[in-house]
Amino acid sequence: MIRVLPGPQSPLDPAGIQALRIEHVWWLFFGITAVVYVVVVAIMLVAAIRRRNAPEPLRPEEDPERERRLIRIVAAALGVTVVLLLVMLVGDFTARRSLRSLEPGDPLEIQVTGHQWWWEFQYQDPIPSNNVTTATELHLPAGRPVEFVLRSADVIHSFWVPNLAGKKDLFPGRLTRLFVRADRVGAYTGQCAEFCGNQHASMRFQVIVDPPQRFQQWLAAQRAPAAAPVTAEQRRGQEVFLGTTCVMCHTVQGTPARSHVGPDLTHVASRQWIASGFLPNTRAHLAEWVADPQRIRPGVRMPLHPLPPQDLRALLEYLESLR
Amino acid sequence: MSSARQPMAGRERDRGREIAEIAALERTWDRPRGFWGWVISTDHKEIGLRFIGTAFLFFAFSGVLAALMRAQLARPENTLLGPDRYNQFFTMHGTGMMFFFAVPVMEGMALYLVPLMIGTRNVTFPRLLNFSYWTFAFAGILLFAGLFFNMGPDVGWFSYVPLAGPAFAPGHRVDLWAQMITLVEASSLGGAVEIVTTVFKQRAPGMSLDRIPLFVWSQVVTSVMILFAMPSVQLATSLLGFDRTAHVTTQFFNPAEGGDPLLWQHLFWFFGHPEVYIIFLPANGFISAMLPAFTRRSVFGYPALVLSNIATGFLGFGVWAHHMFATPLPELGQGLFTAASLMITIPTAINIFCWLATIGTGRVRLRLPMLFILSFFAVFVIGGLTGVMLGSVAINSQVHDTFFVVAHLHYVLIGGAVFPLLGALCFWFPKWTGRMPGERLGIVSFILLFVGFNATFFPMHLLGLMGMTRRVYTYIPETGWGPLNALATVGAGILALGFVLFFVNLAWSRRNGLAAGENPWGSDTLEWATLSPPPRYNFGNPPTVKSRDPLWLDPDDTPVVTGLSTEAREVLVTTAHDAMPHHRLHLAGESPWPFVTAFLCAGTQMGMVFRPHAYVIGLPLIGVALALWFWPSHGPAPLVVPRAAQRESGAPGVTT
Repeated sequence: MIRVLPGPQSPLDPAGIQALRIEHVWWLFFGITAVVYVVVVAIMLVAAIRRRNAPEPLRPEEDPERERRLIRIVAAALGVTVVLLLVMLVGDFTARRSLRSLEPGDPLEIQVTGHQWWWEFQYQDPIPSNNVTTATELHLPAGRPVEFVLRSADVIHSFWVPNLAGKKDLFPGRLTRLFVRADRVGAYTGQCAEFCGNQHASMRFQVIVDPPQRFQQWLAAQRAPAAAPVTAEQRRGQEVFLGTTCVMCHTVQGTPARSHVGPDLTHVASRQWIASGFLPNTRAHLAEWVADPQRIRPGVRMPLHPLPPQDLRALLEYLESLR
Repeated sequence: MSSARQPMAGRERDRGREIAEIAALERTWDRPRGFWGWVISTDHKEIGLRFIGTAFLFFAFSGVLAALMRAQLARPENTLLGPDRYNQFFTMHGTGMMFFFAVPVMEGMALYLVPLMIGTRNVTFPRLLNFSYWTFAFAGILLFAGLFFNMGPDVGWFSYVPLAGPAFAPGHRVDLWAQMITLVEASSLGGAVEIVTTVFKQRAPGMSLDRIPLFVWSQVVTSVMILFAMPSVQLATSLLGFDRTAHVTTQFFNPAEGGDPLLWQHLFWFFGHPEVYIIFLPANGFISAMLPAFTRRSVFGYPALVLSNIATGFLGFGVWAHHMFATPLPELGQGLFTAASLMITIPTAINIFCWLATIGTGRVRLRLPMLFILSFFAVFVIGGLTGVMLGSVAINSQVHDTFFVVAHLHYVLIGGAVFPLLGALCFWFPKWTGRMPGERLGIVSFILLFVGFNATFFPMHLLGLMGMTRRVYTYIPETGWGPLNALATVGAGILALGFVLFFVNLAWSRRNGLAAGENPWGSDTLEWATLSPPPRYNFGNPPTVKSRDPLWLDPDDTPVVTGLSTEAREVLVTTAHDAMPHHRLHLAGESPWPFVTAFLCAGTQMGMVFRPHAYVIGLPLIGVALALWFWPSHGPAPLVVPRAAQRESGAPGVTT
């Protein structure tokens, strides 16, 4: 099938069953409304040009026969309108019923927490110690239903991965749920869709749909505690991490860093994006971000804390070892 | 024996009396000279034009903010505006356009035109008119001034809590927004009361409900909608103000203390969606009022158009939750709102079909206002149809809060309201100034506006379908949103040039346009039966009507209203249904107190931004000002005319 506007953040390029069902409704509505538009504008143009500047009588003529004909025409057009609206209404209701029927009994549960301005994902496991917490990068198994349990840590956010499903708000004081089944392996983009303050624009995340086996490997790797520093530089970097402000907000599993204010960094080097999906995860970007987050995302909650160059280098070395 | 339609037909003696009467009317209806007289004016035409002019000033400010936003988004990772400034700008763009341009400009058009169209001398409550204008002006000036004192609100024109609550929006930015919105809606309510009372009690004798011009019907429905919608947002902004004010700190919207952010959204959108129709219905009225002049026939389907306006007024209050489909709402409820959102298409479709039938069977004159009407069809219908899409929960869940919605709402509001409004400005310009708008420069500006508008907003549909969310101050190049954004920014430049040329043309025409006369377009309603510009008392002898198109169909010897005092500001009150003469009403004259009350209200609301004590000081003062405003004067009491006595000479009534 030919895709209009394909892309990693497009509702018209579905990679999951929910987005596909919605796309069908979209094309139904688009087809009907496009025809209606063309007809209306064509009638308008013909009407406006046909008798333009025709000679005018002193008083507008009364032609009851013509008016009766017009009533019939307008009534017919109205009838067609009502029928088309009913078709669209039934189309929408049918799609929503089918979306509802897709909700499975035993999905993979992922808890999503929206923060100003980053995304936290926690993969639930029957054994609580096997839960996996990550940020900014969401891995999903292809073909398996997933239930997102959405909550907000502060203001209203909205969870939206266009290629997979419609959006759902994260609402303070309430839990919301969203069911998704990703079918096509690939990388997609999600973004916060509800205005949530200063850095709303940069509140993005990466969605990677893996074949089930690769997903299980990824999950197992994420479950492991952080890699211990190996080189002297990495050890020094860990000391910097644990000895400065970093430790006050971030977690690195297997170290004393256990704070949950900012993203979990246990496997930060395995992610493709940093700064909430705003920068590709390269050494240069990481350096820029750690050195001065406010320059890249003004207003972001991560404060500026100047480090001597050798400390910064060691810290980067350590962060990059957290695969 | 006197008739406004044939002033030269009277005998010499009548003519002498007429001149004396006109002189007396001039004296009676004139307002005090000088600046103070200007401040306290109660003339519906003067205040109406002032509403329109002030609203267009706020339109220009909000438009400049939009242009700066487009400049920022022209390329990825642009650094022209940071997020803090961008967020203030988009908030003030939306707030300015919705609260300080669209509603007031439509009310201004109504306040100017409705009394003329129904053949009366002024609105029922002239002092309330003055109060409405000044509350509007003060609220707008104070709120826009906030931008220059680092107090520009930055949480969106919808101010969702908890982002707008005390925990996440410290400082006074949102306080200023909340207090000024409460204030400006008081102005809207005042204007709405004027329109409803004036139309129901002061119509020309003979103008029964089924002869009211379609424009007036639109404005009546709009005003009734205002009466129900605006209190909802005033309640919301007041509660938000209480939540945010130190020492008051209620918890209406704080989920941690049992409040509910969803309550805010219900209150806001219960106002917010009817607001769209409050803006669209007057524009709908412009089209119905202009079409007869440019198709040389009365609008087809009068009863259908009136009923569909009323239906829109009702259904408009039943669709608000389609702004909230992504929130935790019950599914069944969502289905009902989908159905209502699709149903409201029906009255709009009736409008469009009737207008097309009018154009198709008329003899079309492609003058400047008609071009704006035709562009309405080309542009608004796109917005209406994307609106149908947004009514679907499934589609809405994808495109909600994306640039697709930005495109949709601008197609609706610019195509559905601003283009008809610009046409209406050209159409009634001769009535206001006595001169015709320049046609050639007008057409150039029209073409720029049409091309610029579509170049700006059509690409936004595609951007939304590429996943571009709203209210983002920047985006990364990897998104691929750059080229279409660049196109939209170029379009915005063309659009801005079009607006500048449009107003340059009007400014030029004001001095140099061709003399217009009473009825340059050969139109059919009563505002064209008096001088251009109309005298302060509107009509020498107020007219009566015998049909829906009085200037086309009523015979030349149609009676006029006589017996109203020329020495006091009197209007004829007629019955609500059949517009039978009922009694003379002595209207209030100028008074400084409405202005003082508006000033005190603005001061109190502004004080509340900083200190809760402002109410304690402000409310008693407002009470004193209101008492002085309503202090009884010793004018003649309203006189009820018994039906039999109307025929006696001297009593007000209808004379041929």
